[in-house]
Amino acid sequence: MPEQFYWGLEAAFNGLMTGVLYALVALGFVLIYKASGIFNYAQGVMALFAAMTLVGIMEGQVPFSHLINATFGTEVHHFGWHLPAVLGILLTVGVMILFAWVVQKVVFKHLIGQEPIILFMATIGLAYFMEGLGDLMWGSDIKTLKVGLPQGTNMWLDETTYRLFGYGFFINNLDIVATVIAIALVAALVMFSQYTKQGRAMRAVADDHQAALSVGINLNFIWVLVWSLAGFVALVAGVMWGASSGVQFSLSLIALKALPVLMLGGFTSIPGAIVGGLIIGVGEKLFEFIVGPMVGGATENWFAYVLALIFLVFRPQGLFGDKIIERV
Amino acid sequence: MKMKFVLATAAALMAAAPAMAELTFTSLSYRTGPYAANGIPFADGYADYFTLLNERDGGISGEKIDLVECETGYNTEKGVECYESTKGSGALVYQPLSTGITYQLIPKATADSIPVHSMGYGRTSAKNGKVFHNIFNYPTNYWDGASLAITHLADLNDGSLEGKKIALVYHNSAYGKEPIRTLEELGKKHGYELTLLPVDHPGQEQKSQWLQIRREKPDYVIMWGWGVMNPVAIQEAVNIRFPMENFIGVWWSASENDVRPAGAAANGYKAVTFHNFGMDYPLFEDLNKYVVEAGKAAGAGDQIGTALYDRGMYAAMLAAEAAKTAQEMHGTKTLTPAQMRDGMENLEITEAKMAALGLPGFGPEFKVSCENHGGNGFGAVAQWDAAKDEWNLITDYFQSDQEVIAPLIEEDSAAFAAENNITPGCN
Repeated sequence: MPEQFYWGLEAAFNGLMTGVLYALVALGFVLIYKASGIFNYAQGVMALFAAMTLVGIMEGQVPFSHLINATFGTEVHHFGWHLPAVLGILLTVGVMILFAWVVQKVVFKHLIGQEPIILFMATIGLAYFMEGLGDLMWGSDIKTLKVGLPQGTNMWLDETTYRLFGYGFFINNLDIVATVIAIALVAALVMFSQYTKQGRAMRAVADDHQAALSVGINLNFIWVLVWSLAGFVALVAGVMWGASSGVQFSLSLIALKALPVLMLGGFTSIPGAIVGGLIIGVGEKLFEFIVGPMVGGATENWFAYVLALIFLVFRPQGLFGDKIIERV
Repeated sequence: MKMKFVLATAAALMAAAPAMAELTFTSLSYRTGPYAANGIPFADGYADYFTLLNERDGGISGEKIDLVECETGYNTEKGVECYESTKGSGALVYQPLSTGITYQLIPKATADSIPVHSMGYGRTSAKNGKVFHNIFNYPTNYWDGASLAITHLADLNDGSLEGKKIALVYHNSAYGKEPIRTLEELGKKHGYELTLLPVDHPGQEQKSQWLQIRREKPDYVIMWGWGVMNPVAIQEAVNIRFPMENFIGVWWSASENDVRPAGAAANGYKAVTFHNFGMDYPLFEDLNKYVVEAGKAAGAGDQIGTALYDRGMYAAMLAAEAAKTAQEMHGTKTLTPAQMRDGMENLEITEAKMAALGLPGFGPEFKVSCENHGGNGFGAVAQWDAAKDEWNLITDYFQSDQEVIAPLIEEDSAAFAAENNITPGCN
């Protein structure tokens, strides 16, 4: 086999892995949109906020320490503990649930029945508020995430493919872990929505708010639940992306990578987010590999959107989105 | 009666108002946004040095300093807004801390006769003061940086890079593209093969670029990154097991933020620099005494001694020394931007001067002139010691290849002069 073929195959495999990471971000959007019709612009910032909170809790950082010190002339920075990752994650999940409750209570409860564009604008406000809040709570410096995730070349794959094909394939161990976690996460979400009372209620709300209300489903509770789940997904995405780059502001921009995934997979489908992520991931990596050298590289950002636009032309609701039916 | 009351109130308020500061410096900072982690330490260092001068010396030659800070978010439009909104404050010099903002300010500041100091960034050919009267980029510029990296790599190979493969991983922006021309010209001279690998903003995802590096196996990788692009690139290099000692960044890819996320694996990563690092200088004792312990440190006060804090402090030191030079030249303590420009154009930094300031050996010696607004092109190579969590200079200061760079600067500045109807010359 020619070397070019193996290189292309390697690019495609790495694209699949990257696609999983994109899908993780897109999942959070889908969960909230499906249940409440809100396109949550703040999903990327939620990933940043969750990851910052995780590092802050694990490292024992005092939240708002700069503000406290400036106001009261104190010198408090750390509680003096270093928590294990599991405990840190559990506490962060607690913070994200509290955040979901506050968001629902303070913002969206008062916007029930408003136009989708109003709800969207509210999430833009929420995103900027959370950016500032995150900075105030934990500071703007780049934080190192120490949750014990493996990184680097998967040696087994490298050596095995070298023995078989004479070329060792590169796959990052972190990507393999991310894939396993993403599969587990999607399976858990599907199980939750299919086999639990709350999950079925969530699906009922997603289908028809009014009908769900009429059979006694507590809409507020379901929306808190959905925002909590989106917060949890954001935490997972934040950890996976933050493991390689450190936890810093740019994590919030990963939402931009989720948009073409959503356009392609549909805003209302969990499988759509996964498949969309994989198609975007593989598509952009292969395009960069094949066409990139001819046009000077750096094609990935725009190619993802071109790919999504092509799909939109033929299927506006996305691959797995709800069929658009207009009745006169 | 009413008029008397109004006048009396106004007079009382004016009397109660603090005395106006006489020397105004501006800091176009970014404490928010994707590049805040780098913008904060630089802004803190810049502010703290001026605070030190105010607290310890009563300002510069007895004139208090007023530092006006304006948040740009590393956004060019906001940077221009900051310039427009602060230039009326009597600002003596602008330090934009962004190549994009610098490019926009070149015509504006020139028209307003306000000097701009783009220290180690901005438009490289601004070194030619005969064309760029108000723009300064001393002590070292991007093209010097590219040349310093190549000279260092040549030194490692007994002076020859013939047949070697070098990849440039760069931020796909005006900033990142700056060294390309120089590296291409140096490639002709040294005989190496150059591969260009652009990374789009912000640089969170670089798998394609590093897969290409893994496939093509360049001997060395040079990086022109900023913000999150740097730690991601270093982590990706670790992932593909690229030797860290063969990976060299420009000074904007050389902060603790860039190397710490990769942990011990980042050990040995190199960077070209135009100043030293750390806190092991007498000046820091004064900073601690007059600024930190007095509770007057900028920001959270937690950046002191980091690479970018040191750079910000160094930039402020150069601004203050230029102001002193201007005061001596014009025999006045208060300054206009035009006088400050004169001070910058006649600035001379010697080792004796740096030692007297409490920064012995901190940066290279250089002299600014009308013909040369960019210094002498001296820099050094630093290496990250992950175990000690510190940068160390591994070379002395050495000069960039002026034989290659000088004609490029002449060519680029001549093109700018022609486009803008500027007649090159010294006033």
